Amino acid sequence: MTERADLTPDVARSLAYVRGEEEPILPPPRGRRGMVEAMFASLFSSVGNAVLTIVGLALIVLVVPPIIRWAFIDAVWTGDNREACLSPEAGACWAFVRAKFWQFMYGRYPLGERWRVDLTAVLLIAGLVPMAIPRVPFKRENVVYLLGIFPLVALILLTGGDFNIGPGLFRIVILLGCFAVGISALFIASGGDGGMVRILAAAAGVAGVPLLILSAAIGHLGRIAFGMTVVDLLLAVLGLVALVGGALAIHGAAGAAGLRRLLPLAVTVGIVVAVLLLLRIDYGLRWVETPLWGGLLVTLVVAIVGIVGSMPLGILLALGRRSRLPVVRFVSIAFIEFVRGVPLITVLFMASVMLPLFLPAGVNFDKLVRALVGVTLFSAAYVAEVVRGGLQAIPRGQYEAASALGLGYAASMRLIILPQALKIVIPGLVNSFISLFKDTSLVLIIGIFDLLGIVQLNFTDPNWASPNTPATGYVFAALVFWMFCFGMSRYSIYTERRLDTGYRR
Amino acid sequence: MAEAAAKAEGGALPVSTTETAVEIIDMNKWYGDFHVLRNINLKVMRGERIVICGPSGSGKSTMIRCINRLEEHQNGTIVVDGITLTNDLKRIDEIRREVGMVFQHFNLFPHLTILENLTLAPIWVRRMPKKEAEEIAMRFLTRVKIPEQANKYPGQLSGGQQQRVAIARALCMNPRIMLFDEPTSALDPEMIKEVLDVMVDLAEEGMTMLVVTHEMGFARQVANRIIFMDAGQIIEQNEPEQFFTNPQHERTRLFLSQILH
Repeated sequence: MTERADLTPDVARSLAYVRGEEEPILPPPRGRRGMVEAMFASLFSSVGNAVLTIVGLALIVLVVPPIIRWAFIDAVWTGDNREACLSPEAGACWAFVRAKFWQFMYGRYPLGERWRVDLTAVLLIAGLVPMAIPRVPFKRENVVYLLGIFPLVALILLTGGDFNIGPGLFRIVILLGCFAVGISALFIASGGDGGMVRILAAAAGVAGVPLLILSAAIGHLGRIAFGMTVVDLLLAVLGLVALVGGALAIHGAAGAAGLRRLLPLAVTVGIVVAVLLLLRIDYGLRWVETPLWGGLLVTLVVAIVGIVGSMPLGILLALGRRSRLPVVRFVSIAFIEFVRGVPLITVLFMASVMLPLFLPAGVNFDKLVRALVGVTLFSAAYVAEVVRGGLQAIPRGQYEAASALGLGYAASMRLIILPQALKIVIPGLVNSFISLFKDTSLVLIIGIFDLLGIVQLNFTDPNWASPNTPATGYVFAALVFWMFCFGMSRYSIYTERRLDTGYRR
Repeated sequence: MAEAAAKAEGGALPVSTTETAVEIIDMNKWYGDFHVLRNINLKVMRGERIVICGPSGSGKSTMIRCINRLEEHQNGTIVVDGITLTNDLKRIDEIRREVGMVFQHFNLFPHLTILENLTLAPIWVRRMPKKEAEEIAMRFLTRVKIPEQANKYPGQLSGGQQQRVAIARALCMNPRIMLFDEPTSALDPEMIKEVLDVMVDLAEEGMTMLVVTHEMGFARQVANRIIFMDAGQIIEQNEPEQFFTNPQHERTRLFLSQILH
């Protein structure tokens, strides 16, 4: 440095500078150009741009007026049958849509029962709107309503309730619950300083709880004459003894906290049993079997169940694919790659034709339920890959910081990693959901008539056969699909902006 | 080495002569075939402030990251706060609860406010009621002199402020040992001091600290002992005065001449 100063002492001296007063802080300059000027600047700024602008305008002039002419000016708005739409000058046959509108909405859902669909829609909107507006409080209660209460009410309303649930299903549920409770009791008890005997006692004891419920349930349902049989009584006594013993064992091994950790599982089993009991009740509603459902009703049922079901499943699969446990990873990869490798139509066919072959005789799922399961599993594979992309975008430092604070795997995923990863992949997720929404039309091939299916079905109605009927029907279906998909798209953009905390200044 | 540790009572604060905070015995670590840590032996007494320096790639970060199991060592023994580090997840979690860590790139959680960053671990790991956790968090935010930032997001803070939040976040878990992995390396020169001031405060309260840093002024001021590492080995360790004025090993002398112009 000194060398250079020596070389050019005069320059350095002449450039020396000390600020005297501060520069004022000014607002940015306003745009000075007017609208017309700005338009010309962007549209006709060069010869190339001018040519493109003129070609574009010509295209608009060529295409738009005929569309408007067909859809509005020449369109037939009223009429009771094909007569009005037959004239050669006639445009869109909106009278057809008007006549069939309610069928497009409900399918063949019985006329007198359609209020049930309306009520379901109102209940859904009542839950969805406050959920979608961030400022509305009680989000937790809202989620419980939307994911817990509403589906149950919707199921009862749409089908009519009064399900034929025999004690067999109860036994299955309770046995599953017993299995789950027993395993987690094992984990809890082994966490304490209890010996093997204690652990076994704990497992056996907690397994006794479901036994107790089982016998009580069977007795309560009155499937066996006059309450309990000898077997039930035996089970009840055994269960009670085991329950007390098991509780004491867990208490000894892991303390009161150990018992409390069992609570969520016990509550879950209780809720499942309660739901099953609720579904058995005869509410005096007429039974509407799913083949009668159709139109927008089916589209929305398939799309909503698919979206709500594939989200958690997809997240689990994404986590599974990144798991360090080889079996979990292998199962996740196998599922994802298999499902992504086959078309949705194949999955639906399998769900509709092959699934019954694997189920025990006598167990028969509804066709719509099978389609729902198929669509959900299919979509889950795609959601999983989208979510995995988000997980990979989270810097390793975030995992390390969570670990260093002592957060376990589940907690760090739930509190740190997933909230960030899901925020990143909102565009991809919504992309999957929009694509799922439109794919619902494929249920047509297993004989379920969604909105598009029912529109197409009505083309064959001789009463309305006219040259413009199919085009009008398709345009109507497209408009309805577009409304929902565009709505999802806009809401996702809004959510993205709202959650963008990282760089907000 | 135990004697060395006991002798090295550079600071005014008492360093325990009997209670060990961290003990590393014959520890080795490889990345694939690459031998990153070679036969590390280190004993840190409770209340000691250790500064670890050395050229990049010398294994200093890897070594302190082994202490809370962000890195796994292949052989040797690490005992932290009386707990031997094994593959047992329960023990690892126990150690992580007692060992706070501050990273070079802060690693704050960008989707949570500053207050939520601080209360997260106390609430979910220590099962502390939210109110109590928030009180403690505010106390530590006041201590690092940014209580007014509590409801902002990390992205809105300067680097120095973020690092102070990161220190407060670790302190909210009430750790007995603090690890610092180059806490000022990613900071603008003007912000280094505010972070070092917080660390000096912490040292003066008697916290056991292991600090990987090249801030030699800080090392001189607070360290009881300076450890110099190169190529995965501990080359030299001494109290700061001796270390700076009378380095013994050739490699240490070279290193010091490079960084102290």
